[in-house]
Parts: sequence; structure tokens; C-alpha cells
Amino acid sequence: MASSGTLTSGEYIRHHLTNLTFGPKADGSWGIAHSAEEISEMGFWAVHIDSLFWSFAMGALFLLFFSRIAKRVTAGVPENAQGFVEMVVEFIDDNVRSSFSGKSDIVAPLALTIFCWIFMMNFMDLIPVDLIPLILEKAGVPYQKVVPSTDPNVTFGMSLGVFFLMIYYSIAKKGLGGFSAELTMHPFESKNIVLKILLLPINFFLEAVGLLAKPVSHSLRLFGNMYAGEMIFILISLMFGSSIILSVSGGALQFIWAVFHILVITLQAFIFMVLTVVYMDMAHSHH
Amino acid sequence: MNINVTLFWQMLFFLAFVWFSKKFVWGPMIGALNERKTTIADGLAAADKGQQAEAEGVKQVEQFVAQAKTQASEIVSNAEKQGGDIIDEMREQARAESERILAAAREEIETETNKAKDSLRGQVSALAVAGAQQILKREVDEKAHSDLLDQLAAKL
Repeated sequence: MASSGTLTSGEYIRHHLTNLTFGPKADGSWGIAHSAEEISEMGFWAVHIDSLFWSFAMGALFLLFFSRIAKRVTAGVPENAQGFVEMVVEFIDDNVRSSFSGKSDIVAPLALTIFCWIFMMNFMDLIPVDLIPLILEKAGVPYQKVVPSTDPNVTFGMSLGVFFLMIYYSIAKKGLGGFSAELTMHPFESKNIVLKILLLPINFFLEAVGLLAKPVSHSLRLFGNMYAGEMIFILISLMFGSSIILSVSGGALQFIWAVFHILVITLQAFIFMVLTVVYMDMAHSHH
Repeated sequence: MNINVTLFWQMLFFLAFVWFSKKFVWGPMIGALNERKTTIADGLAAADKGQQAEAEGVKQVEQFVAQAKTQASEIVSNAEKQGGDIIDEMREQARAESERILAAAREEIETETNKAKDSLRGQVSALAVAGAQQILKREVDEKAHSDLLDQLAAKL
């Protein structure tokens, strides 16, 4: 439970679900918001410092470790750390090979980055929910959400990144004409030119919905799973504030949920990666 | 749950990380993996080749041994034949030599016999003359009777 005993359960949960936000304040100056009202006043130009910091830190940690190994990689007998990195790389390579039929030198590193980075971000969920926020609160930081993948900005940022890569490679591989044809000539096809033109808006509507649904479902799947998992951790940790029996059973519950969550965080990272590879495959393949 | 500019920062990080990962992680790692793959493949191919070469070598050695065996038996039989030939030749030579020696001995015997006969004849005729002289108690003219004596000697 949070430091001050004066918090109600609702306040505690809300506190845990609020990002550390930096943005333009009502008086025109820029600064860190100290209340939910201030955050909503900041609007679009606000930045979630905690999400960005942890997501960047996790990505940088992964890349530093992997690139350090890759720098002194040897084709001979690998040491243990290299063996681990090779295992991950080969796992990604196998998955990309099985679901990506085209030829591209960006899809595999993309998949590797997504899998490892999202896994690392999700892994922050296994750190006790109160630990880092409590330490930082003592240092005067009002809010802290340490799991970046529970921030829709983060998941949307990644899925939109994938989406733009997808559009880019669609156009690069099939040309603007091929890409537009894909959006307007399916799913209803006709040999008749008049019928073709008549079907064009219907096809475009259906395809556009399908296309735009991709980044939304892609990011919401990850966000929803991680947000729900985090919420359960928060609810469990509410039990620690009450009686001894509840605290003990809360500890047991937290352990069980954490063990289960190991599966969830890996699976969510894997699903995000596989969907990315599938989308990239769609972008590269001709109909 | 506010959607704000965080999203674009995250997207920027994302693209930068993907670029970094491609350049500094994926490239070297997959390069090393492929290199090891080719090394292993080469090693296996070399082992295969070695095994093949060994089998071929064994076959070759067997061939050599068989060849050597036939050659050796050929040489032995040749030598045997040659030995027999030599023995035959020597035998022939020896026989010819012995015959020659025998013939020479016979001839010598004959000449010796003839010589002995001749000398005997001379001695007999001399004896006959001496006997006749004794009987006749007178000189027999050797000149006058030499024809007669020669005839006698020839008859002996």
C-alpha cells in the first residue's frame, strides 16, 4: 500500500494509473503535473515521462546487451552469453522464416526488437507494483507508472510504427498503383468496367476499415492484456493494507499471479511480434 | 489514459531501435551464425570426402596387393621355368661334353691301338727276319726281301 494511510482504495488505484506527465500548464509555463486535473488541462502536447523513460531504458538495455555480444561475436565456439543471444536470434529467425515469405532484411531485426523490447517492458510488471513508485515518491516524484506497455501511447506508438513500415513497404514493393488496387479491387471483383467503378467505393470502405483496424487491434491487444494484469497486481496489493490474514493470502495471490504473468508477458510480446511479421508479409506479398 | 505526444516519441524510439538493432545486433549475429553454418557444412563435406577417399584408398590398396600377388606368382613361375630351362640346358651341355670326351677318348684309343699295331708289326717283321736269319744262318738281303717283308707286315 502507498505511503500515506490517508489514501482510500479508489485514490490508491487512481494514483497508480496516473502517468508522470510533463507539459504546458494553464499559466503557460511547462512543468510536471501534480494532479489529474492538471494533466487533462495539458492536452495533446503533454509527455508521459515515466512511460518514455522506462520504455527507452528497457529498449536501450536490450540493445546494449545484444550489441555488446554482437560486437565480439565469434563463428567459433560461443561463450554462454553469446549462446543466449544466438538462441533468441535463431528463435526469431525461425519464426520470421515460417510466417514471412518474401525477402527483406528489415523484418527479422524488426521482429527481434519488438519481441525483446516488449518482453522487457512487460517484465517491469513483475516488479512489485509499489516498489519503484514508493522510492520515487520519497524523492518528490508525484506519479510513476513503471510498465510502459500499460500506456496506450506506447503500444500505439509501436503499432503505428509497424503500420507506417507496412504502408511504406506496400508502396515500395507493389507501387502506388498496386497498393491502391489492393485497397479498391477487393474483396468484390468484376470483369465489367462499369461494375468495377461501382464496386470501388464499397471495396475501399471495407479495405480501409480492415487496414485501419490493424494498428488499433495490434496495440489494444497488448495494452489491454498488460493493463488488466497490472490492475490485478494493484488490486492484490490493496490487500496488504488490511488484516494479517488478508496480507498473507495477498502475498500468495501475488506470487501465483506473477508466475502466471510470466507466461502472459512472454506470450503478449510473442503475439505482437508474430502479428508484425504477418502484417509485413502482407505488405510484401502480391495478391 | 490520455493520448498525447508521448505516442510520437515512442514511435521515434521504436524506429531508431529497429534501425540500431538491424545494424548492430542482427547483422553481426546472423553473419556469425551463417558463417558457423558454412563452417559446419564444410567440415561435414570434408569428413564425407575423407571417408570416401579412405574407402577409395582401401580399394586401391587391395588392388595393389592383388596385383602384387599375381606379379609375384608370375615371377615365381617364370623363375621356376627358367630354372628348369637352365637345368635342361646344363644337362644337355653335360651330355654333349661327355659325348665329346668319350669320342676323343675312343679316337685316342684307336690311334694308340693303331700305333701299337704298327710298332708290333715292325717288331714282328724284325723278329721274323731275325728268326729267318737264325734258321737260314745266313744273311738275308734286307733289300732283296723288303718287299716280301712289307707284304708280311701288312698281313699281320
